[in-house]
Amino acid sequence: MIELVSYGAFFLTLALTFAIMCLGLNVQWGQTGLFNVGVAGFVGIGAYVSALVTTPDLPERLGGFGWPIAVGWLAAALAGAVAAALLGALTIRLRADYLAIATFGFAVVVQLCVLNLQSVTGGPFGISFIPRPFGALAGDPLIFGLLNLAVVAAVTLGVYAALEHLTRSPWGRVLRAIREDEQAATALGKNAISFRLQAFAMGGAIMGLAGAVQGHFIGYISPEAYVPILTFQVWAMLIVGGSGNNRGAILGAIVVWAFWAASGALIAAIVPPEEQARASALKIVMIGLAICLVLLLRPRGLLGELKTVSRHVDDGKDAKT
Amino acid sequence: MPHVIAASGLSLSFGGVKAVDDMSIQLRRGEFLGLIGPNGAGKTTLFNMLAGTYKADAGCILINGVDASRGRASARIGMGLGRTFQIPRPFPHMTVIENVLTGAQNQAAETILANFLRIGKVAAQERAAIDKAKGILNFLKLDHLMHEPARVLSGGQRKLLELARVLMADPSVILLDEPAAGVNPALLGFIIDRVRDLNARGTSILLIEHNMDMVARLCHRVVVMVGGRYLTEGSPQAVAANPAVIHAYLGVAAQ
Ligand SMILES: Nc1ncnc2c1ncn2[C@@H]1O[C@H](COP(=O)(O)OP(=O)(O)O)[C@@H](O)[C@H]1O
Ligand SMILES: [Mg+2]
Repeated sequence: MIELVSYGAFFLTLALTFAIMCLGLNVQWGQTGLFNVGVAGFVGIGAYVSALVTTPDLPERLGGFGWPIAVGWLAAALAGAVAAALLGALTIRLRADYLAIATFGFAVVVQLCVLNLQSVTGGPFGISFIPRPFGALAGDPLIFGLLNLAVVAAVTLGVYAALEHLTRSPWGRVLRAIREDEQAATALGKNAISFRLQAFAMGGAIMGLAGAVQGHFIGYISPEAYVPILTFQVWAMLIVGGSGNNRGAILGAIVVWAFWAASGALIAAIVPPEEQARASALKIVMIGLAICLVLLLRPRGLLGELKTVSRHVDDGKDAKT
Repeated sequence: MPHVIAASGLSLSFGGVKAVDDMSIQLRRGEFLGLIGPNGAGKTTLFNMLAGTYKADAGCILINGVDASRGRASARIGMGLGRTFQIPRPFPHMTVIENVLTGAQNQAAETILANFLRIGKVAAQERAAIDKAKGILNFLKLDHLMHEPARVLSGGQRKLLELARVLMADPSVILLDEPAAGVNPALLGFIIDRVRDLNARGTSILLIEHNMDMVARLCHRVVVMVGGRYLTEGSPQAVAANPAVIHAYLGVAAQ
């Protein structure tokens, strides 16, 4: 029983770290229509920045400032925002397909840098002993797991609440207007490039934060965690959950992560050990199948985009009576 | 500063085609000016230059006395210039009132931080904007559709919605691109009525329109364009009777 609760807490905590990434992608794609296929790059930057800020000083590696975890998380968000703002400043004017290529290339570059800047990032060995929240309580897996779940859930909730607040604000309204018809929005005085850049940077900040939260939860990061498959997973989560809907982003992350974990367990159970490394590619196929199924049955995802209105407009039901 | 728009020598080519060629036009404060010409004369292209959507190859544009020749399209509404599109461009998945609210200017809450740091001011501004939007929707008889997504509107209602969005910004001059095209006669009378009303309240208007009856009923003065160039101008009656204008229309029709 205790083991089950522990595992449930572990699973949900990890799923929520993906949910945060998914919320970031929802700002960019769901709200603004920015086609970012470099999610892994922003997540990786956040994870590494926070690890460098919070780990103790080590002789064989540059950095290691030993600062509190919260500082690391803030630095990660900031780094994600700066990276997105810089990349965006160069590419946000491009057509959607060029933006996709640019973000993909960016993620590859980040991964290669992390892999090769051994003196800063530990190279292929990654960084271990990243401080974990409530690390002193790690001896009691149940308490430790539940406290970590509480922290990550609080971060997820905070990001969700802030994004809902913005979605229903004039800022969110302008993003939707630009997504729907840029020329019309421009004629109404909205500087499309500036708003796109803001949304891109905000999404980058949230992805950076998510990477940090995940890195601290696991306690270890390495370059192979930030490969294109991560980007694919986050996209799958957003599509399944419902692009444009913040709750959908969270739900999609949990559902797809459950699916991913379950198919991993299934493969482990039925495939002979010597074939398992190869068979794990089947997980990707299964996620692809899941996306197809959801899109066939619920084209807008599990929770589609809502008819979002300003929080100050009475929603019309009482206005019509 | 008698002119709200003073444009001179405007030219623009698409590839080898000169869509607008050394065109000048002035709109006086409070004036209702018509711009007519056969299809392909370059009227919409001229609008797009005035509105900043296209950068002119040559020429100069003053809006309310300020040089706007090199300015961004998104800065035009702040200079007092609003425009509608020949083919309406609603935000289809947003409700009608959200469409109109998008036209509000200088909203603190269009910056991220103000939404968290100046909640009181944001709420007050948004409530004021909603009241104003409702007033405009009422004025344009769209209020019963306020909470519908804009995609359900008819062609004529979309033209009204574009006008409503622009009115939200209190422009001193409005460019209207064929507001009557494809609009049923009952709604047409209403649009004419409302547009005249706006002009009577002091808004200068530049109107592209093929419906000569509407032009005659509304415009103080009419400028005629043909082949990207200025042809002539005068009162609606004088222009309609001008043989050169008739020839231009028939000549294009006969091609
Ligand atoms: N974006 C564009 N690209 C290429 N040619 C264009 C474009 N817009 C307009 N044109 C051409 O410019 C000329 C003038 O068009 P337009 O300004 O739409 O005329 P009008 O509004 O008077 O009917 C036409 O020959 C048209 O085909
Ligand atoms: Mg036209």
